[in-house]
Amino acid sequence: MIDNIDMSLVDWSRAQFALTAAYHWLFVPLTLGLSFILAIMETIYVKTGNEEWKRITRFWMTLFGINFAIGIATGIILEFEFGTNWSNYSWFVGDIFGAPLAVEGILAFFLESTFVAVMFFGWNKVNKKFHLLSTWLVAIGANLSALWILVANAWMQHPVGMVFNPDTARNEMVNFWAVLFNQVAVDKFLHTISSGFLLASMFVLGISAWYLIRKREEQIAKKSIMIAGVFGLLSSLMVAYTGDESARTISKVQPVKFASMEALYEGKSNAGLIAFGVLKDTDKKIGEKTEKEFAFKIQIPGLLSVLTGGDRDSYVQGLSDHISGNEKLGLISTSEKIQNGKHARDILTSYKNARLSNDTIGIASLKGVFSDIEFQNKYFRYFGYASVDKPEDVIPNVTVSFYSFHLMVVLGFIFIMIFSAALYLLYKGTISDQKWFLWIALLSIPLPYIAGELGWLLTELGRQPWIIQDLMTVSKAVSQISTGSVITTFILFAVLFTGLLISEVSIMVKQIKTGPKH
Amino acid sequence: MTAMISQLFLQHYWWIIVSILASLLVFLMFVQGGQSMIFSLPENKSQKAMIVNTMGRKWEFTFTTLVTFGGAFFASFPLFYSTSFGGAYWVWIAILFSFTIQAIAYEFRSKPNNILGQKTFDLFLFLNGSLGPFLIGVAVATFFTGAMFKLNVMNQVHWATAWYGLEALLNPRNLALGFAVLFLARINGLLYIINTIDDDELISRSKKRLINNSITFLIFFLFFVISLLFSKGFAADPMTGTISVEKFKYMHNFIQMPVVLILFLTGVVSVLFGIGITIFRKSMSGIRFTGAGTVLSVFSLFLIAGFNGTSFYPSLFDLQSSLTIRNASSSLFTLKTMMYVSFIIPLVLVYIWYAWNAINNNKITEEEMNSEEHKY
Repeated sequence: MIDNIDMSLVDWSRAQFALTAAYHWLFVPLTLGLSFILAIMETIYVKTGNEEWKRITRFWMTLFGINFAIGIATGIILEFEFGTNWSNYSWFVGDIFGAPLAVEGILAFFLESTFVAVMFFGWNKVNKKFHLLSTWLVAIGANLSALWILVANAWMQHPVGMVFNPDTARNEMVNFWAVLFNQVAVDKFLHTISSGFLLASMFVLGISAWYLIRKREEQIAKKSIMIAGVFGLLSSLMVAYTGDESARTISKVQPVKFASMEALYEGKSNAGLIAFGVLKDTDKKIGEKTEKEFAFKIQIPGLLSVLTGGDRDSYVQGLSDHISGNEKLGLISTSEKIQNGKHARDILTSYKNARLSNDTIGIASLKGVFSDIEFQNKYFRYFGYASVDKPEDVIPNVTVSFYSFHLMVVLGFIFIMIFSAALYLLYKGTISDQKWFLWIALLSIPLPYIAGELGWLLTELGRQPWIIQDLMTVSKAVSQISTGSVITTFILFAVLFTGLLISEVSIMVKQIKTGPKH
Repeated sequence: MTAMISQLFLQHYWWIIVSILASLLVFLMFVQGGQSMIFSLPENKSQKAMIVNTMGRKWEFTFTTLVTFGGAFFASFPLFYSTSFGGAYWVWIAILFSFTIQAIAYEFRSKPNNILGQKTFDLFLFLNGSLGPFLIGVAVATFFTGAMFKLNVMNQVHWATAWYGLEALLNPRNLALGFAVLFLARINGLLYIINTIDDDELISRSKKRLINNSITFLIFFLFFVISLLFSKGFAADPMTGTISVEKFKYMHNFIQMPVVLILFLTGVVSVLFGIGITIFRKSMSGIRFTGAGTVLSVFSLFLIAGFNGTSFYPSLFDLQSSLTIRNASSSLFTLKTMMYVSFIIPLVLVYIWYAWNAINNNKITEEEMNSEEHKY
């Protein structure tokens, strides 16, 4: 596997960022979801005055605390890596991208970090209601921080609300609300936080199931399953709904990613939805890239057209529509986009040269070009294509996109079934006796983690080669530092994160075995 | 013209916000200062537990302030973010690394089955406590001493040394500020311990340590300030933006901005007063004065770095690539949008103050360490 990695600066920088993001996402979703579960449990405690609920809250809070810090630690690295490893990107879009990060710090991080101290240490120092308020504020703060970073990420997938300034050679924000309410941001935020709620619910359900298997802490376990079951079922339904919305949006704003997710090379009407499929190579090629086809598939006829366009006659675009163009649909070919992108780049270069040589006439005429709507729509929107060598380079890894998407969807349906079963068995009063289900619940703890990682794999690999869709390729965004420096830090972080993960799991397992304090 | 004035105002406004965050960060690094002494200050396990838990209850504030400082810098002066982070790579990565190991050390150190052992996590705390303030001091010193970079017409950075930031460690002035920040953090750490922990023996030991740390701090701080006042600086022409070298630039800044000079002197006097009343009058409230003094001193140093037509990140390799608050800032729209967001900061400070006091209303004692369920 390691042999396949291109030892270039770009690839190592990508590897380092992917490593940090992947580890970060191992810890954050539990924080997002468990914080709300804690708040719900503590609310019941405050409402009922039942000390058992306090004990339950404090037990899950201990596990929350073990996980909380490591999410923060990996998060700070991500924030700073935008600068250390992607400095060209940081300048090109810092005017837009930086704002959500700052808002995140001011609005969300302080809320979270201030009240988490009260939540952990305030049990005997503040009154019940203030403590409960603190727990809710931690949950809100954690999820608000997710909002802002996801707004930033969504903007990379679908850049809106900005204009290009040739003087500063960067994109500048002109509409904050367009950035905040970007459809991709809305979908992404709801999908991501609900997946965090789901993950935390599975975590609570699985550990509670273990107690029931061991016939320990039965009351606490059943109460926890009740909260996790309801919260988990609602969350998993929300994940399914927002996932569907998200896919629909992707089909509109990132159609190449969408076609890759479905391994759809030729666009068509009455397109079927692949419920299950196995890909294999064909003899056909797009440029130098080998096309895939299905060695086996189970397909629901027409459903993909219905889901994306509302009816079976709706046309779903394939990869070839974008590479070769499709006149009927008004899609230009990638080659033409490359030409248009190069034209935009040449105009920018000419403008910069005019500035250097103080050519006032040239400056005036060329600057006007950038504010021309036709130039923006026909040429500048493809600015990033100037760095694309071959048309097929805009196709992401179809195999990874297809499998990560479909596996995630399958897991989503499994989660709905597990939470439904948990609630049904709890309602029937037989959950303690159903060992098979308890084992399924326990062994399912890793599944939402896998689903979450697959989601990010699809999000980030599915938009390659872009760091900002159509405007900047990853290779143009990287900091010009030595590859050796990046390799060194990659190894450093890999060792550190892995050590911390092992340590966290070990501590967590010990705490679970110890159980709630009496 | 209105737009120009407005943008200039916002550039100054945001430099003030960034400076406030920086000054609060340096004060909050009392947490790091305390951590740097966890092997040497306590005499027994109980004292160590009290020190670790005293600092551990505040580590998130320091951490969050650092993150917000980075975010605010990115949002308001993205050219600095892309230039310094993308070039002085190793300095920033080392800072990051030291803060990463801190975040988990508190939570993991005393938990059973933590694999690495308590000593390792304590070493993490020590490393963060020592390296964090020092490296941040070195990085901030380059605001005055400059760095080796060049920007092309597209504002993309080219770093002119193969050391990617580590060369900053070869400059004695950078080192002086690094050590000054470290020892200031240790002073604040000691004074915070004196103020917060109820243990006579530990307080007595802390006071003894305070003397040596204060002397060391003063040596490095005075070296840095004196060399700063008599060194050349990097001036930006307000009309053309052209950068030139100006003798005694930072001394001129103090003279031309007397309010900043008064703030600076007040800050320094306040730090000395806080130390003095602790050593000579056995006061427990020294941290209030050194804390306020730290904030004022750092704030005023940031103002002379960026205000009065000064390059806040000079390039020693290509003078005209130097960054000023005018050429490195975000657009008018972004700065304005961010300004509206910043109006919430007073509310943030109020709830931090309230929550801080709620947790600190009683001193930390040995008994509490034995009874507290959530402890580090």
